[in-house]
Amino acid sequence: MIKISNLSKEFGKLAVLKDINFTVEKGEIIVIIGPSGTGKSTLLRCLNYLETPTTGKIQIGNVDIDAVNHKQKEVTALRQQSSFVFQNYSLFANKTAIQNVAESLITVWKTPTSEALKIAKEILVKVGLADKLDAYPSRLSGGQQQRVGIARAMAAKGEVILFDEPTSALDPEWVDEVLAVMKQLAVERQTMIVVTHEMQFAKEVADRVIFMEDGYIVEQGTPQQIFEQPQNERTKSFVKRALKQH
Amino acid sequence: MQNSFDFQYVFELLPTLFRYLGVTMEMALWGFVFALILALGLALVRVFKIPVIQHLAALFISFFRGTPLLVQLFLLYYGLPQISPLFLMDAFTAAVLGLTLHFAAYMAESIRAAILGIDKSQMEACLSIGMTRLQAMKRVILPQASRVATPSLMNYFIDMIKSTSLAFTLGVAEIMAKAQMEASSSFKFFESFLAVAVIYWIIVLFFTRIQHLLEYKLNEAY
Repeated sequence: MIKISNLSKEFGKLAVLKDINFTVEKGEIIVIIGPSGTGKSTLLRCLNYLETPTTGKIQIGNVDIDAVNHKQKEVTALRQQSSFVFQNYSLFANKTAIQNVAESLITVWKTPTSEALKIAKEILVKVGLADKLDAYPSRLSGGQQQRVGIARAMAAKGEVILFDEPTSALDPEWVDEVLAVMKQLAVERQTMIVVTHEMQFAKEVADRVIFMEDGYIVEQGTPQQIFEQPQNERTKSFVKRALKQH
Repeated sequence: MQNSFDFQYVFELLPTLFRYLGVTMEMALWGFVFALILALGLALVRVFKIPVIQHLAALFISFFRGTPLLVQLFLLYYGLPQISPLFLMDAFTAAVLGLTLHFAAYMAESIRAAILGIDKSQMEACLSIGMTRLQAMKRVILPQASRVATPSLMNYFIDMIKSTSLAFTLGVAEIMAKAQMEASSSFKFFESFLAVAVIYWIIVLFFTRIQHLLEYKLNEAY
């Protein structure tokens, strides 16, 4: 359902992503791990075209886009195939929780407002925020804001939800409630690509773990393969250090 | 007689001048509405970096900020009709047009700054759920930017009210023109101009109060 071919990204002379290739099946849960600054977030942002790749093809659902010769229309179409959960939540500051979630339905999918609000409410109830429907983001805790962020991504009707370190900015006390929502989505077989430092989450939830370093995909496999029998030396040393910390 | 101050004259003149306040406020309101629309357009053209037009917008802004309003009014009203009779217009129209162009240049910069001041992540969040940049602007960025820009836009409105006094040089019969007329027929210059100053002051105080109420409301919103 998702196919990434020969993706690369350069910021000036700095190559951040180098020849990235992978595919994702519908319902698959992918977790991307690796040291900081190795291009994990950039990769995710490229999938949403928040960064324009330097070269490479991205196919999500029925949208196919080539970085070298892309049109604005294709970019918008691609983005409608996916949605994004940001590290810093990035909720619309001028909209309430329910308006945040309903926004894509109203503006992008032209759903009648009353129906959009009904759907938004159902999703917010599902992520445990039934009592915060009309709260502005400034009145919510970090954990609550991120749950609204996930609800907003769920409402957007994309094929895949991209999570960019969704718990990194959270105080430790809020991490579990956000992970719980993500685990629930995993149980429902929502296709997801998650960049995270939460190794326990990767072990428990991922169908496939991708290890990235220096802009390359070094190794990928099941959590068992990556965490217990890593083949590559670099994977080995990273996993050893990462698991020790947790 | 020459050096005595006629306090009563000031009081008697106030109601007379107030009758001309309508023209002053009409110029200011029309000027502000048109300037706001034009300024928003100029700001968006520059924020979206629309090819060619963005440079024209920058040139426009530079010119109307870089030259005095009085010179612009003279250019519009006395200058342009010489190029073509198509540009003939009445003094009131010329004054409103001059105020519009002049203040749009300033307001465009303050709207642009407000838009650029909104965190980049707000635009990204819009794009990430499939909205176009224009939809994002309309639904998320501009509503937030308007809150930031309101205090300075209100300042420009107040400034514009005072600047309408220059319209008397084109022959618009507003309060400054009336005060000038009264002064030259009664020779009570100080009293006449003091009276008109008091009226401007009262109006400005009134709108400053409204400005504060508006800012309070906006800060309450979210």
